[in-house]
Amino acid sequence: MSTRNPQLNANGELIHLITLEGLPREIIIGILDRAAPFTEIAEREVKKVPLLRGKSVFNLFFENSTRTRTTFEIAAKRLSADVINLNINTSSTAKGETLLDTVDNLAAMQADMFVVRHASSGAPYLIAQHLAATKRDHIRVINAGDGRHAHPTQGLLDMYTIRHYKRDFTKLTVAVVGDVLHSRVARSQLHALVTLGVPEIRIIGPKTLLPTGVEQMASKGRLRIFNDLREGLKGADVVMTLRLQNERMNGALLPSTQEYFKSYGLTPATLALAKPDAIVMHPGPMNRGVEIDSAVADSSQAVILPQVTFGIAVRMAVMSMLAGN
Amino acid sequence: MRIQIKNGRVIDPANGIDRLADVFVADGAIVSHGGTPPAGFIAEGTVDATGCIVCPGLVDLSARLREPGFEYRATLESEMAAAAAGGVTSLACPPDTDPPLDEPGLVEMLKHRARLPEFAHVYPVGALTVGLAGQRLTEMAELAEAGCVAFGQANTAVFDTQVLLRAMQYAATFGFSVWLQAQDPHLAKGGVAHDGAIAARLGLTGIPVVAETIALATQLHLARETGARLHLTRISSAAGLEMIRAARAAGIAVTCDVAAHHLHLSENDIGWFDPHCRLDPPLRTSFDRDALRAGLADGSIDALCSDHTPVDDDAKQAPFGEVEVGATGLELLLPLTLKWATEMKLPLAIALARVTSDPARIMDIPAGSLAHGSIADICVFDPDATVRISRQTLRSQGKNTPFLGRELKGRVRCTLIEGQLAYYDEMA
Repeated sequence: MSTRNPQLNANGELIHLITLEGLPREIIIGILDRAAPFTEIAEREVKKVPLLRGKSVFNLFFENSTRTRTTFEIAAKRLSADVINLNINTSSTAKGETLLDTVDNLAAMQADMFVVRHASSGAPYLIAQHLAATKRDHIRVINAGDGRHAHPTQGLLDMYTIRHYKRDFTKLTVAVVGDVLHSRVARSQLHALVTLGVPEIRIIGPKTLLPTGVEQMASKGRLRIFNDLREGLKGADVVMTLRLQNERMNGALLPSTQEYFKSYGLTPATLALAKPDAIVMHPGPMNRGVEIDSAVADSSQAVILPQVTFGIAVRMAVMSMLAGN
Repeated sequence: MRIQIKNGRVIDPANGIDRLADVFVADGAIVSHGGTPPAGFIAEGTVDATGCIVCPGLVDLSARLREPGFEYRATLESEMAAAAAGGVTSLACPPDTDPPLDEPGLVEMLKHRARLPEFAHVYPVGALTVGLAGQRLTEMAELAEAGCVAFGQANTAVFDTQVLLRAMQYAATFGFSVWLQAQDPHLAKGGVAHDGAIAARLGLTGIPVVAETIALATQLHLARETGARLHLTRISSAAGLEMIRAARAAGIAVTCDVAAHHLHLSENDIGWFDPHCRLDPPLRTSFDRDALRAGLADGSIDALCSDHTPVDDDAKQAPFGEVEVGATGLELLLPLTLKWATEMKLPLAIALARVTSDPARIMDIPAGSLAHGSIADICVFDPDATVRISRQTLRSQGKNTPFLGRELKGRVRCTLIEGQLAYYDEMA
């Protein structure tokens, strides 16, 4: 029962977006291509297209995230959908309702799309599987981040950004720096980078923040692990920094933010080891002075704000694709 | 009642017997399995075992009956029906009931509830510490008198090593066995899957192999220090097995078992978050699985158990990290034993020893033998007939198994408990 990913239907078409793992290259490229014209809509005076008119998009946030929820809300509204925001960790589950009961109730309200954020890995998968088992998978599920598992729209917007600045994935060296262990963003990035043919992917971080066996996420030799930031950054075309969560900063994983910054913080000096035209990315929100120096975050090499802009377009592309137009 | 089991292949590992013969039962005991009935024997009932294997009833070192406390998951009635259908005639139940089995009254009540003739013999494992909290010792002598065959902590750890030392010393004082799971609670904290490639991919918190080996090191040292009879439950890793082999070679009295799932599944079977593969200890790599299979075959692992843990559907319908652990197993123990034996090209007598005479020796109970005078706990099964594992066919209230929907070889035709027919396959 759990051997197949329900995000593709029998014809191999995308009906939910749960993870980038195993997603065919054509579908990823298809989403990126579809996102391109949506970036122009934001420049218009009327920032709306009618692709999702009459559709109800439910933002199901079992874990708080104002920023991600807002980007999905903007994307849905620009597609003319009706958006309903639900912060569920403060309502029904506190009353003891199970995840699937909540889903059933909302499905009964004629939802067309669920955008799901959950603290547990696999929750959106469970919802999609439940909808399929109860013959309601006309309701689409978009994973807006589940535990440490996946954050596919973030991964896609990162790929959009890389393609925008670097064009050809097959000639790049991409470095992912920081807390990979706890990062759903990193996992989605890694799957996409592998599928899109990036020949050299590097993961950089202290041993306490790298998952056991992570090198097996790519074929042998394509994914390299570095514990030394300087070594890992040498000759990189793209540097993707990860956010360090507050609760990981002082304890058994890391002694202090100061020491982390000293060893793994991206500074002008360390960035100088990468290619001169390397771009610097961050999924936000940034901790200046922890994983990234302000001088880098505000430099011309940083593409962090364009990432946010592209993020809306990519989410519009995903939603319109799942809605079948 | 006098019963004749005719024309079966009798495999009695405890007595080195493997031959075609009839078995004769009278007054709850085996009176002959030589082919000729004792003088004056007139069968009141016969079982045609043509094409079948007749072996001692299975002895399961770990089956949760969910009583007391978790009756919404399973009841004694449902799980005893499952045991009989699975050919299991004796079972040890772990103390992690609610409340835990830490008082003689609770143990007496369970024994009393379980004493119906068609029910398998129930051997409670008493709590080693009060409330399984790892702080105060239980009244082990009283609990033993009430019927406990060993003392353990189920899947919980004793955090305080001082308490563990004292508990083992105290148990050793009376010659009681101590059954422990080897899992360091600190290293396993929050973990839901083997700390490896699959957990990394799915974003699940890992339980590393060192959680097992570090706990084992402590337990083995304390066993040597105290002289307590130590039984290690549900070994999960190749490295852990190596340590047990070394400890035995060094003369430490220790036995161990493995759960049937761990012989056939690995972390890869989690696939896309299959909640039925959320087990404790976690499924590890295929390398570990193969080492466990070989270890059980060569006797380094003494016994195979079902680790039967019925869980209700609701508790399995949640994200992987939030589901209840465990799988139903009583009705899968025999088919999974046979599958392992076939795949390992192992003689049936050796395979069946691991689920009959070997666990009986660990529990020190009169079971697992077809010798003259033994209690007539007998399993008759067709090794070639298949059994379908489905929600409809499982008698256990727990339908939670990674093998749901599979057909497995090894169909129980009938089960006798103390000479009484406890199960009969109506399809035969």
